[in-house]
Amino acid sequence: MTRRSLPIWIVLGLALAAFPLFGGDFYLNLASQIFIAAIFAASLNLLVGYGGLVSLGHASWIGLAAYTSAWLHLRLGLGHSLTAPMALGVTTLTAAVFGWIALRATGLGFLMITLALSQVLWGTAYRWSAVTNGDSGLAGLTRPSPFGVDLERPAAFYYFSLLVAIGALWLMARFVNSPFGAALRGTRDEPRRMGALGHDVWLVRWITFVYSAFWGAVAGLLFVYYHKYIHPTTLSLTNSAEALLAVIAGGAGTLAGPIVGAAIVLILKNYVSAYFERWNMLLGMVFVLIVIFMPDGVVPGLRRYWLRWRRG
Amino acid sequence: MSAALRLSRLKKAFGGVPAMNDVSLEVALGERHLIIGPNGAGKTTLFNLITGDLTADAGTIHLFDEDISRLRSHQRAHRGLARTYQIITLFPKDSLEHNIVLSLLGLSPLRWALFQPLASHTDLQAEARRVLGMVGLEDRATRSIGQVSYGEKRRVEIAMALAQRPKLLLLDEPLAGLSREERVAVKALIAGIPRDVAVVMIEHDMDTALDLAERITVLHYGRVIVEGSRAEVVADPRTREIYLGN
Repeated sequence: MTRRSLPIWIVLGLALAAFPLFGGDFYLNLASQIFIAAIFAASLNLLVGYGGLVSLGHASWIGLAAYTSAWLHLRLGLGHSLTAPMALGVTTLTAAVFGWIALRATGLGFLMITLALSQVLWGTAYRWSAVTNGDSGLAGLTRPSPFGVDLERPAAFYYFSLLVAIGALWLMARFVNSPFGAALRGTRDEPRRMGALGHDVWLVRWITFVYSAFWGAVAGLLFVYYHKYIHPTTLSLTNSAEALLAVIAGGAGTLAGPIVGAAIVLILKNYVSAYFERWNMLLGMVFVLIVIFMPDGVVPGLRRYWLRWRRG
Repeated sequence: MSAALRLSRLKKAFGGVPAMNDVSLEVALGERHLIIGPNGAGKTTLFNLITGDLTADAGTIHLFDEDISRLRSHQRAHRGLARTYQIITLFPKDSLEHNIVLSLLGLSPLRWALFQPLASHTDLQAEARRVLGMVGLEDRATRSIGQVSYGEKRRVEIAMALAQRPKLLLLDEPLAGLSREERVAVKALIAGIPRDVAVVMIEHDMDTALDLAERITVLHYGRVIVEGSRAEVVADPRTREIYLGN
């Protein structure tokens, strides 16, 4: 945050804080979903944008955290204060193992392994009915009440998800701007040179994989709190691909890009679909236009147009 | 400690075609050692085996009497090994200073700092500028790699390796593609490397390289053909036959 950008941040902060005063329930719920999707896309961006590791299995983390939290709550009757850290722990540990397997390869190999591993989880969610309730999913969940605040009201959940999103995005921004983040970008651009400089390329990637999955899990918790229901489709390839599209459309390797990309996807999916039946077609067209006019994403593209306009 | 580098019967084949065949070599502490040979002789393959970019099929590599044959490249760097590349391998979108910072971070525990802003480590930036000053590029520190000349990129390559404070430095054709003036500057830079650093250099510019070398190894088809002092190697008829011509 620079001195020049401070007024923009203040206006944005005030607008977000005041939004529940004039936004109806529909828009508050849409905004909450955008915050969740922004955390999810930003976590994937750590891998794709900063690490150069394109994953098609990121939905595993949103789904696994959501299922773990739901199962612990429904089957064992545990409260949210226990289910949340346990879900984050299970997901992060699973990511540690999956990362160890997937990072045997890079490029297309990595993409295929992440896809295959996520399909294993997706298939398990469908088939292991005794635990996941199969195609019916797990329903009957509740939202937590942190510090006695009832999150059932859309405005309360809006503020809750906004605060979590701010914290998550801030910690991810710290991560990419740290010495470790510099090393991560180095492994993306010249892995061989980074090894020769003394950086453990594999370990840098593995830590990023696990950290990225942790924030995917946080998005998963918010997701299950919001919907109070979890279904195997959450773990699907479509969900992973949608997040990847959000990252690419918004601008991979930028902090704001995945947030903008997630907002575009969510608005088209939830808002436009109410008026336009073939919203998927519109989503496709929007992405085609982005690729044509801003091939590196909306945020870098708009920045470029802005600089060009200022130069005249 | 008897030698900076000792290679014993190194072998490497690609798809059954031998690229390195029973190569043994010793580089003394602080020695300037030149590797020459025609294209395809296996010079860069030899460097890649020493740095761990490639794994040898057989043989051992000792760095300062420690067997590093099974170590990964970053572990070898932590034992005092640094290199430059024949094909310039820098971070083109980043500034010269950031390139050196990445080099400095490689051997610093700071590289594992996950949440401290890199920008707050002004000591790293100051050290990067000092290293750039060693190669005469301090005034270009904030420029991106894409904005400097080819000769300056070559100097950044060397600066990155020097920033690692190596005990053994491998220079892969550091003069390749440079103009006469740039060659003079880089040659002076190499000549100024502290004597406690052993230097192994691959170079085709014989006029320049022979001035710098104390011992020379001639490679041909992955084999050591001649090895000895500068005078011995130059006088050897096999060198003339294989590399220098008549």
